[in-house]
Amino acid sequence: MSAPSYSISAMKDADHGSELAARRQDFPILERRVRGRPLVYLDNAATTQKPHAVIEAIARYYRECNSNIHRGVHTLSQEATERFEEARVKVQRFIHAAHSHEIIFVRGTTEAINLVAQSYGRPQLKPKDEILITAMEHHSNIVPWQLLCEQTGAVLKAVPINDAGELLLDEYLRLLGSRTRLLALTHVSNALGTINPIREIIGHAHAHGVPVLIDGAQAVAHMPVDVQALDCDFYAFSSHKLFGPTGIGVLYGKTALLEAMPPYQGGGDMIKSVTLTKTQFNDLPYKFEAGTPHIAGAIGLGAALDYVQEIGFEPIGRHEHELLRYASERVASLPGARIIGTAREKASVLSFVLDGIHPHDLGTVLDCQGIAIRTGHHCAMPVMERFHVPATARASFAFYNTPGEADRLCEALRDAQRMLG
Amino acid sequence: MFDLRALYQEVIIDHNRHPRNCRRLDSADRIAEGYNPLCGDRLTVYVKLHEGVVEDVSFEGSGCAISVASASLMTEHIKGKTAHEVDQLFARFRSMVTDAMPTEAALGKLEVLAGVREFPARVKCATLAWHTLKSALSNEHSTVTTE
Repeated sequence: MSAPSYSISAMKDADHGSELAARRQDFPILERRVRGRPLVYLDNAATTQKPHAVIEAIARYYRECNSNIHRGVHTLSQEATERFEEARVKVQRFIHAAHSHEIIFVRGTTEAINLVAQSYGRPQLKPKDEILITAMEHHSNIVPWQLLCEQTGAVLKAVPINDAGELLLDEYLRLLGSRTRLLALTHVSNALGTINPIREIIGHAHAHGVPVLIDGAQAVAHMPVDVQALDCDFYAFSSHKLFGPTGIGVLYGKTALLEAMPPYQGGGDMIKSVTLTKTQFNDLPYKFEAGTPHIAGAIGLGAALDYVQEIGFEPIGRHEHELLRYASERVASLPGARIIGTAREKASVLSFVLDGIHPHDLGTVLDCQGIAIRTGHHCAMPVMERFHVPATARASFAFYNTPGEADRLCEALRDAQRMLG
Repeated sequence: MFDLRALYQEVIIDHNRHPRNCRRLDSADRIAEGYNPLCGDRLTVYVKLHEGVVEDVSFEGSGCAISVASASLMTEHIKGKTAHEVDQLFARFRSMVTDAMPTEAALGKLEVLAGVREFPARVKCATLAWHTLKSALSNEHSTVTTE
């Protein structure tokens, strides 16, 4: 077998290859050394690093116009409100939503899913109704539905996956039945990297009158999302996996569905308008945003969206695809390596085990060389069970990662094998 | 490599590759299961007590090198000890792997695990077997977890 190669020359020749390499300097943390070595950050599926533009946007908000929003008539409040609502419009454009009021700011993907479970699901589900998920979901797209099933007597069903980590579409069609009330599935699997064919899946669900929630947490940093083209009913994602701050995320929902849903939480802000002249109890999106929101977070997310769109998903996707292919081939060539998740369509996640070495030992050996990967069950214990492993090691990439970093990963894995194998 | 040999000493690697007393103990009168949800480490500790003294002890399970080696070393170390002595050993062991200024360990071969102190994320791996043993000796039937 020939040694894996990364088409560096092709990347350099490409219009955006050198631009991506230069973009690395936008991330101050990537200049850090960890345990005496330059940091190799390969835990992007857990959270991405933040560029100067995002850090500055947050700092600027606190320096220049920190104030509460939708309340005061004073200048600072109006400025803060403008920046906050501007961020909502940026999100709307980013995912191609029809209206900005379809963008609900929440804490993250987890809260978005819980909101749909409790506000959309709970009032209407009856015993023996069915909610359909898949066997590759993150716990945050399993547990809220289990809670809902306990509350309503509904039944949770899961579409199984094959040995490559792909959904079994025949099984999906079999499970999609007259009692199915909602389908909730991930766009990209956090533990396997599988990109699901959600457009086709949504089409089948709608043919049965079943609305669909997409967990986009692992997708939004890697590929463009168009909620209208997808025709999904709900789309959830977190800012921090998209180069933005933690503590802020988005629930997109179609207007008609959101309008019919009762508020998720009660609080002051959900019934007040920015002018205070009239009550807007049922207006979107505010009825789902009780209490003072994470204003700086939303503004930081807006800056992250500007940043990532300026680079563009075309060069990002091309680079990450090539990097994943290169790193996967190199890891697979190690003795006793097994890649968990070998779907035809994958994004940025390389999950693997090495024979005879527990992933946690790998994690420690790599950390001692300044390399950050995730080890464990990745909040996807059913996936671990499906592949009969207690845990995996997972390297996950962002556009700022380089083939040289994949090389350092593999060299460190060989060190681990020499030491512990 | 930074401090790595201090953690993965030869004795630890040897006990991971060839764990001692790693078997089911049919004559056990105390059994407990331990689980570390962070790592997915699972082990079962079997103890046979005779007049308050650990006459035999073994373990089964799967886990990282630190948790397997720690379980293996523990089973070698506690045979012939009373439950009270095991408690005292565990206290000293825990101090060794967690305290910045540990008390005099006097733990013999178990001291090869002192390097864990530099890796806070791995302390639970090193103590899982001990927590499970303690549960077995106090005759609690529930699964103990490190979380």
